Amino acid sequence: MTTFDPYAPSRETTEGTVFSVTGGDWDSLVQEIGSTKEERVVVNMGPQHPSTHGVLRLILELEGETVTEVRCGIGYLHTGIEKNMEYRSWTQGTTFVTRMDYLGPIFNETAYCLAIEKLLGITNDVPERASVIRVMMMELNRISSHMVALGTGALELGAITPMFFAFREREIVLDIFEMISGLRMNMAYIRPGGVQQDLPEGAISKIRDAVKLMRKNFKDNTNLLVGNSIWLKRTQGIGYLDLAGATTLGITGPVLRSTGLPWDLRKMQPYCGYENYDFDVVTADTCDVYGRFLIRMNELEQSLRIIEQALDKLENLDGAPVMVADKKIAWPAQLALGSDGLGNSLNHIREIMGTSMESLIHHFKLVTEGFHVPAGQVYQAVESPKGELGAHVVSDGGTRPYRMHFREPSFNNLQATSAMSEGGMIADIIAAVASIDPVMGGVDR
Amino acid sequence: MTDSGMFGTHGTGDTSGYGGLVRSATSTGSSERPYGGYFDGLVDDLERAYPEFSASIERVIVDRGELTLHVKREKLVEISLVLRDTLKFEMCMGVSGIHYPNNTGRELVAVYPLLSMTNNRRIRLEVSVSEADAHIPSLVEVWAGNNWHERETFDMFGIIFDAHPGLTRILMPDDWQGHPQRKDYALGGIAVEYKGATIPPPSERRSYS
Repeated sequence: MTTFDPYAPSRETTEGTVFSVTGGDWDSLVQEIGSTKEERVVVNMGPQHPSTHGVLRLILELEGETVTEVRCGIGYLHTGIEKNMEYRSWTQGTTFVTRMDYLGPIFNETAYCLAIEKLLGITNDVPERASVIRVMMMELNRISSHMVALGTGALELGAITPMFFAFREREIVLDIFEMISGLRMNMAYIRPGGVQQDLPEGAISKIRDAVKLMRKNFKDNTNLLVGNSIWLKRTQGIGYLDLAGATTLGITGPVLRSTGLPWDLRKMQPYCGYENYDFDVVTADTCDVYGRFLIRMNELEQSLRIIEQALDKLENLDGAPVMVADKKIAWPAQLALGSDGLGNSLNHIREIMGTSMESLIHHFKLVTEGFHVPAGQVYQAVESPKGELGAHVVSDGGTRPYRMHFREPSFNNLQATSAMSEGGMIADIIAAVASIDPVMGGVDR
Repeated sequence: MTDSGMFGTHGTGDTSGYGGLVRSATSTGSSERPYGGYFDGLVDDLERAYPEFSASIERVIVDRGELTLHVKREKLVEISLVLRDTLKFEMCMGVSGIHYPNNTGRELVAVYPLLSMTNNRRIRLEVSVSEADAHIPSLVEVWAGNNWHERETFDMFGIIFDAHPGLTRILMPDDWQGHPQRKDYALGGIAVEYKGATIPPPSERRSYS
């Protein structure tokens, strides 16, 4: 067809001419495409692409710069978490689920643990302090997750400074997570029956300081983006999806609330005692990327409000248990947070190894085999930063899940890419996908 | 299963997943009225709106505060339309599969959690089919969002959703053999080749017996 070009080689296939783009070869590619008579170009974007939020592959059919068809290719991060969990005890499962949507680990763990507690029939036995800590951790996590959504979304549209601010705020949250659980991500902190361990000393005052700092810091991004004319041009009227479209596609979370429907499971079907907190459900009525951006920005303040109320409750619940009293379920190992991270509590080791054979046996059985969960199935949903995260858990009465399935909001919501992007410009796909806020770890599991 | 001992130990007690522990499971029986909560009213409404109720619903199960309707697969689309249009279950939260290899004739189960935002209610539909005839009508025409969920369940369990607009694998590669989340599909049963050295699948690496 043309002379050999090492940077944009082309070959003929039954589908037409295929060009391989390797970078730095834009001019020769344009020249070659310009020489073909075909108006329609199919572009493969990703899975290794900086603007597709991880290993998402988009197959775009273009007429000039107009997108006529978009299809998503997923599965590049499939790790078989659901299958693996069938071979591990119920408690061990938390270390798997925390790695699904890695930006919202606390939500994965909470959905999973609430489902197990429902199966065990101990929902009401979970200590109040544990539920309050869960709520506080979830709202902190919502902030860190929204921060990545906002920061990377802005970065992908060419705004670099908002990402610096967003990741600065995320660091504050991750530092709190590290202080409480020993880990910044993938904490496996929420456990069936409660939480892994109580808050360390001085945590409440540190979190109060962090809330104050974040409330001040959030203004930086607000000042940069809200009403910014370049930002408005990139986001207003882009990625349109109305209520009918969102409903039939099963879309939840900020994308659904951007159609004006105040649907938030924290209000509608409360869990972990969310009915005892004072907060507003944020909506927008623009059905576009800008509306979703505003919702996330305003949800930050609502999360801060919930955290403050949770801190007040925690002060009144000082010293209360954080794990169910049933010793057949509660993890026996009293862990302690050392200078080098989380480890065994020396006092507990001393007891089981030195003084009580029964404690040792109990510890051993519960850790190696785990507890039994009565047969049956439940579906437990929580409002994650991306939408409804549902855990469908089936037990056959054994010490391991018979079947685990997660209804991941990212997986479901990514289906809206076609509806949001077709008929628009190629550059707007990036804005639309970023407004869905998919996390591929959650999509593929 | 039969329990023995304080923790119900049986077999080798190995929970590492590679010791070949075998468990069996089948679904439980049916529930009696009153179901409690909004479930009685909901089932009454459905019976009124859908005259063929008794011929289409095999079982009504209320367990742990959740209502499950076992639907005959031929009637799934019909009843879904009634649930969506008359009872306002606007959203289907996808489909999840379960494999019960010992439940002869009903080995594969598809579970649909439905959500009514109008009435703030939840309900679950269940359809079971045999492995030999693993066909279930697709609900993509009723709830478009079920598209990817049905592809995933096909990919993982081999349930064929008839009339699906494009039933292909979604998480596994297109040329994959088998359906990984079936119970007879071994965990990690794929030999991995790494820099010339062949590493056996985890299930063959160590034995606790």
